[in-house]
Amino acid sequence: MAFNYDKYLRLEKMPTLWCWGCGDGVILKAMIRAIEKLGWNQDDVAVVSGIGCSGRFSSYVDFNTVHTTHGRTVAFATGIKLANPDKHVICVAGDGDALAIGGNHTIHAARRNIDINFIMINNFIYGLTNSQTSPTTPQGMWTVSQKAGNIDPTFDGAELAIAAGASFVARETVLNPKKLEKVFVEGFKHKGFSFFDILSNCHINLGRKNKMASAMENLEWIDKITMPKKKYDQLPEEEKLNLFPTGILKHDKEAKEYCELYEEIKKVHQGKRAKLTQDDFEKKI
Amino acid sequence: METREVIASGNDLVAMAAVDAGCRFFGGYPITPSSEIMHTISDLLPKVGGVAIQMEDEIGGVAAAVGAAMSGVRALTATSGPGMSLKAENLGLAQMAEVPVVVVDVMRGGPSTGLPTRVSQGDVRQARNPSHGDYRSITLCAGNLEECYTEVVRAFNLADRFMQPVIVLTDETIGHMHGKAVIPTADEVQKGIVPRKTFDGPPEEYLPYGVGPDEPAVLNPMFKGYRYHFTGLHHDAKGFPTEEIETCRKLIQRLEDKVMKHTDELEKNEEFMLDDFNGEEGEILIIAYGSVSLAAKEAIRTLRKEGRKAGLFRPITLWPSPAKRIRHWTDMVKNVLVVELNIRQYTEEVERVSGRLDLEGLYKVNGRAISPYEIVEKVKEVF
Repeated sequence: MAFNYDKYLRLEKMPTLWCWGCGDGVILKAMIRAIEKLGWNQDDVAVVSGIGCSGRFSSYVDFNTVHTTHGRTVAFATGIKLANPDKHVICVAGDGDALAIGGNHTIHAARRNIDINFIMINNFIYGLTNSQTSPTTPQGMWTVSQKAGNIDPTFDGAELAIAAGASFVARETVLNPKKLEKVFVEGFKHKGFSFFDILSNCHINLGRKNKMASAMENLEWIDKITMPKKKYDQLPEEEKLNLFPTGILKHDKEAKEYCELYEEIKKVHQGKRAKLTQDDFEKKI
Repeated sequence: METREVIASGNDLVAMAAVDAGCRFFGGYPITPSSEIMHTISDLLPKVGGVAIQMEDEIGGVAAAVGAAMSGVRALTATSGPGMSLKAENLGLAQMAEVPVVVVDVMRGGPSTGLPTRVSQGDVRQARNPSHGDYRSITLCAGNLEECYTEVVRAFNLADRFMQPVIVLTDETIGHMHGKAVIPTADEVQKGIVPRKTFDGPPEEYLPYGVGPDEPAVLNPMFKGYRYHFTGLHHDAKGFPTEEIETCRKLIQRLEDKVMKHTDELEKNEEFMLDDFNGEEGEILIIAYGSVSLAAKEAIRTLRKEGRKAGLFRPITLWPSPAKRIRHWTDMVKNVLVVELNIRQYTEEVERVSGRLDLEGLYKVNGRAISPYEIVEKVKEVF
């Protein structure tokens, strides 16, 4: 039987404002299926979004939802999570949100390894505001702010999250909703900061001027630039240059989670344990 | 009211007040001269089960505090002028989404990095409208050590009453002043806590923003079965984005009216040695606020000894300004001197509400406090 999404949707808000053929809906549905699979109660989940097409995500789903300012998504979510450590917090941000205006917040949320699930919808462009260059726009592509071709180097959000200390990092595309659901389930279950770089299409504002004006053409391009991590790892270095590995890229189950560490701080101040020292941590420098 | 004596700094008193008022979340970032608030509260909050986090920047500090407040927790952030500039964006969201959060700004010299370790009252105009758009900022101003405690407590109750950010201005002089303060006991403070209104009917009937034309939103805590939506966009009664003309107009008008039709609940002033004023020639009205009022009082005592009839009007709620009281005194008295550690930031408000353009001013912007002597000299010079 087909999955019934109605319970999790704000049906009166349908249809969405997203363009016909947009990948955002695929991500929204995969997130819902993952939540259903994990058996989370809707009241126990907060979905926090930023600005842009992805910003509207939170208004469509029936959870405790917050539509924040541009790029600040995970900073707000940090407050919600720390004040309610037993609840589930999911951030939804665009590539501009997560890597440009909000890059600093993304880095430090990952570094703290706070138990927040951060879905970055990566469509390689500022879609809502009509095709300006984003940090993930490939070099040489047309954007409305760089009509002669984008010269800004492309940013890899997943690599950034890994380097910053996120303990779960995955990449998937809207081409494979089943895999998308699977990485969400794995990441949502994970205790720690989970970062998802989800490649999505924007044939309207990226594709139209870059020779992929239909959703299909844009998706074919995404298919061409991605490869499952297992296969990717076997490639010689020079062939990896123009490919993004997909799947779970990092899963560190040992890394300490921030809210849990803060519980230790509470214990110190309540006289229930001695102050933390370097001996409490594996990494000494 | 039961009181207690403590020896503390102004910044410490802010932290103590917050915790006693039920604050359980602090998000901040180091900045002189407010950092001690974070230092102290990061010890106090975990003791009572709360959380204090030093975020990656000022923007994150206020965002985390607003996030915690959205979830239903009383939350604080503290900063100084450069931090206020950065926090403005998310204070705008808190105004629009009607999230109660308390912001303490320990003022230092500006603009920009200015004079980090020195006193100023340069953020008074900024506090009125830190972010763009139409809304009414509520700004309190502590004038002594005691008020670093009592005004922060009042700020938390006002934030929940009006469902919006409340700014408390202190300054480097008071923040770093260390001494005896007689403050209410924690029990007294807890007895006076008025938590935000909540809705306990069936969730399907809950309209967080569907309130009367001069009422604040009724925002239930998260995770309790009332799922709704926060947004910085114009929104409808349920909190969802809309561009519907009347809904948009009514929302912004309500943000104005929920404050401006209830200014009587906000107004708080001190009238010092004004009892014997009766509008006769030679009376000198000094208007000052914050730490400057300490010098003004000393100056008034000196002037009185010398036979000059001087008195102080001190607004404790700066914004919205106490227009009626200012008009009352400025109508009665011929000689008015406004003393500020900035250039005319509140004088312009006094001019606006009094309609008088002959106010004398003493302004100091070199990072040093105003001494009672300077005020006495100024009075002798101009009146």
